[in-house]
Amino acid sequence: MDFQLTEDQRALQGGVRELLDGRFDAAALRAAADSGTPSLDRALWRELGEAGFFSLRVPEEEGGVGLGLPEAVLVFEEAGRALLPGPLVATFLAAREVTGAAQGATVVTTVSGGLVPWLDEADVVHGDVSGAVPLRSVDPLTPLHRVPGDQQGWAASSEAPSAFTAAASSEADLLIAAEQLGSAGRTCEMAVRYARERTQFGRSIGSFQAVKHLCAQMLVRTEVARAAVYAASVTGDGAEITAAKLLADEAAERGARDCLQVHGGMGFTWEADVHLHLKRAWVRAGLGKAAARAEEELAAAL
Amino acid sequence: MDLTYTQEEESFRAGLREWLARTLPQLPPRPDPLDWPGRRAYDMGWQRRLYDAGYAGLHWPVDAGGRGATPTQHLIFLEETEKAGAPYVGANFVGLLHAGPTIASEGTPEQRARWLPPVLRGDEVWCQGFSEPDAGSDLASLRTRAWRDGDDYVVSGSKIWTSHAEVADWCELLVRTTPVSEDVPKHRGISWLAMPMDAPGITVRPLRTLAGSTEFAEVFLDEVRVPVANRVGAENDGWRVTMVTLSYERGTAFVGEVVACRRVLGELAREARKNGRWDDAVLRRRLGRLSAEFGALWRLTQWNVSESQRAGGGVPGIGGSVFKLRYSHARQELYEAAGEVLGPGALDLGHDWTLDRLSSLSYTIAAGTSQIQQNIVAERILGLPKGR
Ligand SMILES: Cc1cc2nc3c(=O)[nH]c(=O)nc-3n(C[C@H](O)[C@H](O)[C@H](O)COP(=O)(O)OP(=O)(O)OC[C@H]3O[C@@H](n4cnc5c(N)ncnc54)[C@H](O)[C@@H]3O)c2cc1C
Repeated sequence: MDFQLTEDQRALQGGVRELLDGRFDAAALRAAADSGTPSLDRALWRELGEAGFFSLRVPEEEGGVGLGLPEAVLVFEEAGRALLPGPLVATFLAAREVTGAAQGATVVTTVSGGLVPWLDEADVVHGDVSGAVPLRSVDPLTPLHRVPGDQQGWAASSEAPSAFTAAASSEADLLIAAEQLGSAGRTCEMAVRYARERTQFGRSIGSFQAVKHLCAQMLVRTEVARAAVYAASVTGDGAEITAAKLLADEAAERGARDCLQVHGGMGFTWEADVHLHLKRAWVRAGLGKAAARAEEELAAAL
Repeated sequence: MDLTYTQEEESFRAGLREWLARTLPQLPPRPDPLDWPGRRAYDMGWQRRLYDAGYAGLHWPVDAGGRGATPTQHLIFLEETEKAGAPYVGANFVGLLHAGPTIASEGTPEQRARWLPPVLRGDEVWCQGFSEPDAGSDLASLRTRAWRDGDDYVVSGSKIWTSHAEVADWCELLVRTTPVSEDVPKHRGISWLAMPMDAPGITVRPLRTLAGSTEFAEVFLDEVRVPVANRVGAENDGWRVTMVTLSYERGTAFVGEVVACRRVLGELAREARKNGRWDDAVLRRRLGRLSAEFGALWRLTQWNVSESQRAGGGVPGIGGSVFKLRYSHARQELYEAAGEVLGPGALDLGHDWTLDRLSSLSYTIAAGTSQIQQNIVAERILGLPKGR
């Protein structure tokens, strides 16, 4: 047992972080958030495709990168950190089924939890979207449609191609969890940085215990979620993935809220990036397996 | 990232399982949890069996009497013994989980030879004399004084909340060997001593816990003579040694308990299904979340163990504080849920879960309160400035 990142995994993590820093940094995030109507950056999508982002799990014989679920999780964690917009998970999972998805030429979305993200921008849609109604999405970087009925997610659609089986839905949950983990780690860093810089009462607010303890709990939630997400990526076990989604949703949502609190009035502004993390965390929690269902499933297995 | 165990580790596990299956049925009945002398005898009897079978001090270095096993083998040991419902380390907690490891890492060869084998054999019980009435969270403010007199230190002062003091043979004792002054700040001038609990001048006054037991005590020290040779580490360098002790206490001491909590969670679900409480969706969901929680804490444990293995074993890092923070709260939530499952039965002290519920309240206090752990995480991991 060596439950730590391998050299290759570290290199992959570092490489993706660098790529995203260069191509979708804080300024790009800001510009996208302020654009009013979100549109998918097709050029970026293609660049991600060229870098092997979507074909990461496609076997090498088929022209993919041929890596496994743990590597996919590391990559999606980075996407979550950067708050990269777009139906990344659906396109990733469609890489072997849908022509052009692996290259980033085709954008794929799917119905999940009664929602469809990026419906108008997608080239291919999995699931039944008849009667889809646009929402004024809470997340300025994720346009959403609501579909009628109680569509539970990736596996629920009768029209879904074969790959969208329970396994795919489980994998989707894991990748969403990885994005949540990245976001949780990022908001923790943001809070810590702000806490060191901001002064009140003549000293840095990070020296106040009430602030320290918020930050410490953010780290604890992130580290616990990380252990769960990474382990689930290694075992691929369904119940473990369900648990990982539950804990990562919590780490991302509460982490963003605490980060907002640490930022004080600034945290309540459009200008601070915190709200973007919080809103995306809500969207991700709404996609894939919801908390109530996850908890019931885990209880049933006891 | 790899969660599979090697062939060697799996055969170690199989051997251990087989031994546990053979040995556990031969154990005498567990004494009442409130009977400390009875518990001491029982806990040390279990330690002796482990020793005879070659399972004592598995991960301790060979020259400290251990088997020099890898942290992973130790993890397997904790996992399997808990799964099998083997006795808890109990009275041997301090000796095995932090005084022993501290001596193994900081002691001289003579000190290791003197103190470690009896811990492993189950012959000697240790207690921890760190806290004082006015120095708990602020441990470095401790006032118990030690004067040098020939080859002895003469120690006077008092300690409090000393677990197992009533039944202990040795005490890992923190004393002030140089008074606090402008040149000697409070973190300096402290020394770490091994004090024999039968030395003249020691009075142990048991304190009653909220669970009714006398598992901890107040210890009064009136000119107690402790040989200078019993000092571990240099004079006035005790704070550093203490940090080693605390990192063992926080880093590894609760690991096996996660497995135990997962077992209890399964028992709660079985009981709830039997007594009808399972129909309550709120309770079910609570148990479901706890299942995720303890599963993740186990994975975090494996993560920390792998990290320590990569670093070549040794003193656990401050990641232990992250674990301890979440674990202590999860454990309390587990027994709150047990109260829900039991309904009116939760008010019956005769039920194990009721006692465990009471004792779980100490987890956010003992070994550094949650507030102190949060300070540690914020300052030493996240790098936030010191302050108030
Ligand atoms: C069951 C049990 C067994 C124990 N066994 C032992 C033992 O064997 N040996 C031993 O030496 N000790 C032992 N202890 C003592 C334990 O380590 C102390 O109780 C603990 O460190 C807290 O110290 P205190 O009791 O003096 O509380 P205090 O330090 O007075 O704390 C009271 C409250 O104030 C808070 N507080 C204090 N300082 C700060 C701060 N800087 N910032 C924020 N909040 C703060 C604390 O979190 C707590 O909520 C045991 C305790 C228990 C409950």
